[in-house]
Amino acid sequence: MLYREAGQFKTTYAEDMAIFPISQDRIALAVLLGIAFIGVPLLATFHIWPFGSDYLLWAILLPFLILALAAIGTNILVGYCGQISLGSGAFMAIGAYSAYKLATGVHIPLAWLGFAVSIPPLPVLASILLGGLIAAGVGILFGIPSLRIKGLYLAVATLAAQFFFDWAFLRIPWFTNYAPSGSVNAPALDFFGLIVQSPIERYLLCLLLLTLMALLAKNLVRSNLGRQWMAIRDMDIAAELIGIRPLYAKLTAFAVSSFIVGVAGALWAFVYLGSWEPLAFSIDRSLQLLFMVIIGGLGSIMGSFVGAAFILIVPIMLNLIPTELGVPLSTETITHFEFIIFGSLICYLLIKEPHGFARLISIGKEKLRLWPFPY
Amino acid sequence: MIALGQFLEVLIGGLMSGVLYSLVALGFVLIFKASGVFNFAQGAMVLLAGLALVRALDLLVANGFPLWAAIVLGIGFSAVIMATTAWLIERFVIGPLVNQDGLTLFMSTIGVTFVIEGAAEMIFGSDVYPLRLFPTDAWFVLEGLFPGGILVNKLDVWGALIAGILVAGLALFFQRTKTGRALRAVADDHLAAHSVGIPISWIWFVVWLAAGLVALVAATVWGTKLGVQFSITFLALKALPVLIIGGLTSIPGAIAGGLIVGAGEKIAEVYLGPSIGGGIEYWFAYVLALAVLLVRPQGLFGERIIERV
Amino acid sequence: MRVRDTNEILLQVEGVALSFGGVRALKDVSFNVRKGEIRAIIGPNGAGKTSMLNVVNGFYHPDRGTITFKGRTRDRMQPFEAARGGIARTFQNVALFKGMSALDNIMAGRTLKVRRGLLWQALRCGPALREELEHRHRVEEIIDFLEIEAIRKVPVGRLPYGLQKRVELGRALAMEPDLLLLDEPMAGMNLEEKEDMSRFIVDVNNQYGTTIALIEHDMAVVMDLSDRVAVLDHGVKIADGTPDEVKNNHAVIEAYLGVAH
Repeated sequence: MLYREAGQFKTTYAEDMAIFPISQDRIALAVLLGIAFIGVPLLATFHIWPFGSDYLLWAILLPFLILALAAIGTNILVGYCGQISLGSGAFMAIGAYSAYKLATGVHIPLAWLGFAVSIPPLPVLASILLGGLIAAGVGILFGIPSLRIKGLYLAVATLAAQFFFDWAFLRIPWFTNYAPSGSVNAPALDFFGLIVQSPIERYLLCLLLLTLMALLAKNLVRSNLGRQWMAIRDMDIAAELIGIRPLYAKLTAFAVSSFIVGVAGALWAFVYLGSWEPLAFSIDRSLQLLFMVIIGGLGSIMGSFVGAAFILIVPIMLNLIPTELGVPLSTETITHFEFIIFGSLICYLLIKEPHGFARLISIGKEKLRLWPFPY
Repeated sequence: MIALGQFLEVLIGGLMSGVLYSLVALGFVLIFKASGVFNFAQGAMVLLAGLALVRALDLLVANGFPLWAAIVLGIGFSAVIMATTAWLIERFVIGPLVNQDGLTLFMSTIGVTFVIEGAAEMIFGSDVYPLRLFPTDAWFVLEGLFPGGILVNKLDVWGALIAGILVAGLALFFQRTKTGRALRAVADDHLAAHSVGIPISWIWFVVWLAAGLVALVAATVWGTKLGVQFSITFLALKALPVLIIGGLTSIPGAIAGGLIVGAGEKIAEVYLGPSIGGGIEYWFAYVLALAVLLVRPQGLFGERIIERV
Repeated sequence: MRVRDTNEILLQVEGVALSFGGVRALKDVSFNVRKGEIRAIIGPNGAGKTSMLNVVNGFYHPDRGTITFKGRTRDRMQPFEAARGGIARTFQNVALFKGMSALDNIMAGRTLKVRRGLLWQALRCGPALREELEHRHRVEEIIDFLEIEAIRKVPVGRLPYGLQKRVELGRALAMEPDLLLLDEPMAGMNLEEKEDMSRFIVDVNNQYGTTIALIEHDMAVVMDLSDRVAVLDHGVKIADGTPDEVKNNHAVIEAYLGVAH
């Protein structure tokens, strides 16, 4: 009965175009943001349940925030613009390694030209954002084939990006500053003199960036550019006939998507992993992001959050529930179960509800508005 | 002379491993031709077929069966598994998704891939299982011409032989049998085929079964070469660029694409690899496919795609 | 508002020929569209009508011949260039963006009028928000005009065919085109829907002064609506003139009824 919009009249188009036009939704969002920005840090500071240890922050919330960001990026390309990508992992890697190079200082010896290009180490935040921009640039490059080829063919083009960059970051020592082990360490997370160190600080940093970028992404997809992407996705020929340039629409989708994914990659490396190898951004990561997007909802920013949460929570539940029941599963069995659950869920959703959990939630809200009447 | 000898050895080795890619690519082409589905799960099917075969074989041999009987029974068992898989896929995934766009179907096969990989390893185990169906030693040929001769693996020759038989068999099947003709009709226009009384779900089952059996054949050769293990699925992924290069709808294209990729990546690895850090094989096929896509999107042997409104 | 009486020529098609691998869809077709008129192109199935529209808005490139629009002649152009030049279009089998709401579909029609770029749209404040609201106002006028207020938030895939056709017209109108091409706007409609659609077409022409070129099967509709009618048969123009002239033309009667032997 609480979820009613009776009496809420929209008198301007601006009100009608709000992200959450119903006031109950806005209250719910405010509460959620309050919990995320104030509640969680408070509980964690005083180690109150469920934040008795840092486990929840480190193992669940931090990866959730960063992967949700990456899922938003993937969703822009796959869900909104309809361009399949199996290479999101590679773009995370590009963001991560570019940010690493920028933060530790770039030195390009151009011996045959008789001089060298040197850039002094940049501040961490600048490095992360520039890392995203470099990922965007490479994204545009790999998006160019999408102008000539469609759908499935593009899958192979993005696989090319994935395997090429996997290899490049592993084999070209320049990217890792000639680290003998091939593994690199993130610089100290210095934000204008403020050192981000503890799990709570890391959590807040990621939360802040995620909130900002999710808002910007949501603004884009509900503006003209977002409509151009969806038009290209739904019917590219008709889109062209109303004046949408496929070149501009597709490449901006690649650029924006890769930028967000690249920033997520830099955060994953700098804030979550601390030290990492190319394996952290393998094709498994790409498929994981794709799964988040399909399960959460293609073409839905909120779906990206839901999908990321689901993909991260299932393995934890698979570990937790049997242990509580007294029949602990081996890690291997858990992985196998995970594969089967995700795989069959994807098939099921594609058949029954291609817009994923996000659509199921909005159907649920629709029902709630009318409750107790069926329609 | 030494340089030429080495080049020939690399070339032959490359061509032969290219045959292995072709074996997997054949399975892709079958399904794509008949249902327009770009089947990401072909590699997982190779893994499943290989695991079923090798585990059945080990069990039978351990229980005192003679090797030949174990091989026959093992292959039979694996074929039954592939048939069941084909039926399940048709019944629960591809059937309900009929008339959906290619992208949805493709993503559903990624889902299928995960289910198959998870289930196969859960049932049959997730170690590396050696498989010895073919001889793995080598011949040295043309010893008169080159010092030391040129090394040719017997297994590779077996692989090439099997691929040849498979292609001939598939060609006969498509051209001469009633099911084969029905299959081509379905590929042209499945609604029209349906309306003249061709049972589509049966046809699609047959196609997935055929792809499953092709996967089984690929698994025997690959399993002998590398042992049956999870990483086979990644090698099988290379069949995707092979297909793009050859052309998605062409069986000869799948063979030619495999040979080009196999020879190309070996030559690149040996002659280019040392100067840029090695491991070119890892991405060579994909980048080559990307180049082909930009120049000739329908592939070397594919039909030109024309769009209408 | 209506500028029917000028003789200014908006579109001139001259000697256009088009073939698809041996099949000649259009053979040496010429006709013009005057500013402000409703121009109809009719003909039996397979006469090349849709191909003609496809040539005009750049989807097909003619083998021979020229298209002159607003005094500019070009031989090859991309569809989005035609759109930028002021040509809008609807399709025989509705080509809407299925996953988007009716409102978003029509808003997408405003693409060419959007001035603010990616960054402004991401920030969605100040001038970007003002611009978005202006477009929304404009689109709401069109929604009122087409009487589809009740369905503006419904994904178009769920709408009945007649309403989809209306949304598609709305999307074309949102472009504020100089020339509106309608490919069988009444196909598959019942009588009432046809009457509505006819009214919209006449109103668009009257209120906005938009020049309209339409293809239609329903002869009664064509004869009532249009100022001039061109008749195509097997890729050749066999008649051109006012509805009355065309109605009594021998070649036209033969093309439609078959030659009497």
